[in-house]
Amino acid sequence: MFTLGPIGFTAPWLLAGLAALPILWLLLRAVPPAPIKRRFPGVALLLGLTDDETQSDRTPWWLLLLRTLAIAAIILGFAGPVLNPSKNQGGSGPLLVLIDGGWADARDWSRRMDRVEVLLEKAATDGRPVALALATELPEEGLQFQPAREWAAQIPGLAPHPWDPINAEVIAWADGLEGRFDTFWLSNGLDADWRTEVLGALDARGAVQVFESPGPAYGLRPPVVDDSDIVLTVLRDRAGANPDVALSAIGLDPNGVERELEQVTALFEEGENTAEARMSLPPELRNRVTRFAIAGQRSAGAVVLGDDSLKRREIAMIAGREQREGLQLLSPLHYLDKALRPSADLLDGALLDILPANPDVLILADVATVAEAEEQALLKWTEAGGLLLRFAGPRLAASDVSRAEEDPLLPVRLRAGGRNVGGAMSWGEPKALRPFAEGSLFYGLGIPEDVRVSSQVMAQPGPELAERVLATLSDGTPLVTRKPVGQGQVVLFHVTANAEWSTLPLSGLFVQMLERLAVSSGGTRPSAEELEGTTWVPEQVLTGFGQLEDAGIMPGVPGERLAAGQVGPDLMPGLYSGGDRRLSVNVIAPDRALSATNWPASVPVEGLETRAEQLLKGHLLTLALILLAVDMVASMWLSGRLRGARQGFVALIALMVLVPDSQAQEVDDQLAFEATEGVVLAHVLTGDASVDEMARAGLVGLSRKLTERTAVEPLTPIAVDLERDELAFFPFLYWPITANQELPSNEAYTKLNRYLRTGGLILFDTRDGNLGNTGAVTPEGRRLQLIARPLDIPPLEPVPEDHVLTRTFYLLQGFPGRHNAGGVWVEAAPPDAELAEGMPFRNLNDGVTPVVIGGNDWAAAWAIDAQGAPMYPVGRGYAGARQREIAYRFGINLIMHVLTGNYKSDQVHVPALLERLGQ
Amino acid sequence: MRSPTALRARAEELAAALPPLLAEAEHLASTVMMGAHGRRRAGTGDEFWQYRPATPGDPARRIDWRRSARSDAHFVREKEWQAAQSVLLWVDHSQSMLFTGSKDRPDKSERARLLGLAVAVLLNRAGERVGLSGFELPPRSGPLQLLRLAEVFSDTGGLGDYGEPEARGMLPHARAVFISDFMGDLAPVEAALAKAADRGVKGALLQVLDPDEEAFPFNGRTIFESMGGTLHHETLQAGELRDRYLDRLAERKARLSELAHLADWQFSTHHTGDSSQSALLWLYTALERAA
Repeated sequence: MFTLGPIGFTAPWLLAGLAALPILWLLLRAVPPAPIKRRFPGVALLLGLTDDETQSDRTPWWLLLLRTLAIAAIILGFAGPVLNPSKNQGGSGPLLVLIDGGWADARDWSRRMDRVEVLLEKAATDGRPVALALATELPEEGLQFQPAREWAAQIPGLAPHPWDPINAEVIAWADGLEGRFDTFWLSNGLDADWRTEVLGALDARGAVQVFESPGPAYGLRPPVVDDSDIVLTVLRDRAGANPDVALSAIGLDPNGVERELEQVTALFEEGENTAEARMSLPPELRNRVTRFAIAGQRSAGAVVLGDDSLKRREIAMIAGREQREGLQLLSPLHYLDKALRPSADLLDGALLDILPANPDVLILADVATVAEAEEQALLKWTEAGGLLLRFAGPRLAASDVSRAEEDPLLPVRLRAGGRNVGGAMSWGEPKALRPFAEGSLFYGLGIPEDVRVSSQVMAQPGPELAERVLATLSDGTPLVTRKPVGQGQVVLFHVTANAEWSTLPLSGLFVQMLERLAVSSGGTRPSAEELEGTTWVPEQVLTGFGQLEDAGIMPGVPGERLAAGQVGPDLMPGLYSGGDRRLSVNVIAPDRALSATNWPASVPVEGLETRAEQLLKGHLLTLALILLAVDMVASMWLSGRLRGARQGFVALIALMVLVPDSQAQEVDDQLAFEATEGVVLAHVLTGDASVDEMARAGLVGLSRKLTERTAVEPLTPIAVDLERDELAFFPFLYWPITANQELPSNEAYTKLNRYLRTGGLILFDTRDGNLGNTGAVTPEGRRLQLIARPLDIPPLEPVPEDHVLTRTFYLLQGFPGRHNAGGVWVEAAPPDAELAEGMPFRNLNDGVTPVVIGGNDWAAAWAIDAQGAPMYPVGRGYAGARQREIAYRFGINLIMHVLTGNYKSDQVHVPALLERLGQ
Repeated sequence: MRSPTALRARAEELAAALPPLLAEAEHLASTVMMGAHGRRRAGTGDEFWQYRPATPGDPARRIDWRRSARSDAHFVREKEWQAAQSVLLWVDHSQSMLFTGSKDRPDKSERARLLGLAVAVLLNRAGERVGLSGFELPPRSGPLQLLRLAEVFSDTGGLGDYGEPEARGMLPHARAVFISDFMGDLAPVEAALAKAADRGVKGALLQVLDPDEEAFPFNGRTIFESMGGTLHHETLQAGELRDRYLDRLAERKARLSELAHLADWQFSTHHTGDSSQSALLWLYTALERAA
């Protein structure tokens, strides 16, 4: 391919045609424009006139230039120009395309794949066999060299893995390669131990070329809880364009919809590759966080999942004894408070007040009996998964709870009184704890020497006692018992929660036991020893792009592997659950740092930009067409064919192209401003100027009466063009019908229906005074039927006597306008509306009628002129004045109905309510 | 539009706006016919003129018995001598009249025929006799004549490239109206006017032109052809010819005006872009002045 700067030509020989341009120029110059034949009687007068010698018959130079340019564009176009032709990634022989394929690749995976596609395309044209490998998913049987096209078909199936290549494996694989081949290495830029060795191994096989995107890769370390703040550490491998990175905490909102709960910005200092951000979340919000992510980064490394360690449990504590004036250290809750406050949110209050808050744990310290209602509530809460933690104490020992029968809220039956050991009045020494049995919840916890129990409540022996015991004293009496209740459990410490009965609450063991009980999760991850021997089942796993997916039937992972931490094919990052705890495994280890690869100078490193080949043929040919079109117009103008109307037409087209249609927008805005300043009555333009004027005057009159008599003070009425104007601003539309009114367009009908459905009211007025009165249908009535057919109008009925329209402001019996014909139609009452006994009105609570249809020519009765005098006569003498007054009252009632809806309908219940209250 | 009745209807419409044109008869001619122009002397006519005592030789049937019965003498009832004028129309039918510069303007021929017939209607209403010059349709009065005229005018066949005035069959001392664009050779016009002047015929020349013929709004390389295609003229720059063309047009108008003056005729130019009413008004006054 012949290239010229960034442009190449597929058919460069055609460019020779450019040499012909000067010839064309000369030819075109010589040929004058073709003549027009014109019939013209005046030719008799022209006979014998000769053209001026000076007048050139040649084509003007600018027209020549235009044509030459057009021809040049055509020649260039057909020469097949290509912008950014793919350069020669030369070479021959087999080719290895090595892709890192880790999480850091995900940020620009599609560009990577584009690059690979370009490379494969090139290899295909060069006929090189290609092998393609992902460093995170190494082919087991060495390299498979195949035709490049085969690989190209597999590209869409490739996806980055959410782990990093594993050092040993990659090095071993690279060392095991044989034969000679060149390598294109698409690196993600992260430095790793294996890079140098693999590079050496590949270099030994042939030329290596590295492609690397210059942008930084970002990673997020697992969050660290620091007091009430969450500290997030962002890593990058090199400086990017933006020093700041937005981090978001994502979780479920109260509606169960996942959304961003909080966002903070981390700012990288100059030259630093780590940045910290502190996120301060209220506990309610914090417990909902499921993951943190770097905004705008699609990679598994930019996501960390939250687990139990992030959650602060809510623990409610209730003590039986109120130690209002006692010493604080004697408070039954003091040690619990100390043990739990760092890692949990403590709730305080009455039992029934706390339970609705749904705490995770409820601690009852020396509470013997609870009220019946409280017991029910407690039981329900426990069965739903709550952990009820009870401590014994003097009260429990003295009570009869769970004596004869097992209390549902106690794990075992208790003997009366409890026992004292090693006190002043008893034999024996205070008892130590027996080491926790294997299989016990507390197995593995070390027992400090100085833990002694001097008093306890005793469990009644029973068949189920053995399996409910979690810890025993050295003499085998149960110290901690547990019983599952529904999904929850009840745990009883047979000692007090303070140091009265034992020294247990003073020891570190107490805190560890609480942790094991998941009373407090302590904000720490389980240690390696704790993980040993456990199996964790993945619930959700992260893809390389940082998306959470259901883990499905993936096998469980042993705790040791979890403890090792290094994510890989056998440990996908994600959420793992073991028992009732959830543990997150993240891509970035807590101590991980990122840095950019330092490639040796001998390796050529290229960016990923695949400036795609862009064929310019179409553009050039379009340009040629445009030029030819201009040439046509210009020639017509030159030869005088462009005259009169046609000139105007061309100018009009040019104007249409050049001047954007801004006027309509302005009109719309202006209407919106006018219509939303206040309540505005509006009438529909009919196209008949006199009717429109009458409607306007009528609404002016009605607006004035409304202002005089009611709290509604409408502004100047507005005329509405259904085709053009937005209707949503108007609560009320007056629509006079004329016999030859044009039907609205489909768009206008859509608008009208939306208007009717969203609570607008249209008053249709046929102005003929006899609609529905006699069988005769007037032209206006017919037109109304036509107009209203596509409208979404509910079933209608003549206004019933008890319709709310008759009493929204005035009490009315009729609705006269200029005519007094009756026959006003509104939405029909629901068929089940009943007349309640003793009530004057039916219970028609719902719905404002969307239309009122009549023919009484209301606007004419309402209309006033500029002086405020009525414009049209109504009736005769006093009766006429009265009719006009009633017409106004109807208008006022109607506007009130529009604005207040069925409010007056509700009022009819008042007498009935008063009556009932009196009884 | 071209049907006789439609054309007549439109002509009637146009004529309705004007008072009846009373062409003044200058002479008693041998072509004495009953007409609406009283000659202020006794003669044949419809209008009562005077009673005169019967003289010997008067036929008995001419004695007005009712008047005679009031006195002893016999009286003869005399009527005013009335004469109608003859007006001859010539409307150019040639192809050059079919030109129009724009679709929304009537062609010249249509306008010319309309004006011709409108004048005929007016004259007819005034009792004059109207006909075509030549032998095709001699002047007669009455509504039937209007129908015949309309029939002839509706025949739109263009004859020849440029029209030549028909000067044959001119009645002495009649009136004549020539309507044409006068774009062709002027010699026939000259001859016709000379012949008319010889016979004491007076009248009006109305030149009907399209606005394009006055403005010459052409540019670029153009081949101009006459409507019949007999004449050609090619130019490379039509715009350059405009001034000279307009000069020639003005020259021609001046020549026509001069010819008309010499023959005691009236000359005017009417454009199809203008109202036809004004042209009819001018014809009205021109025929009056020719009296």
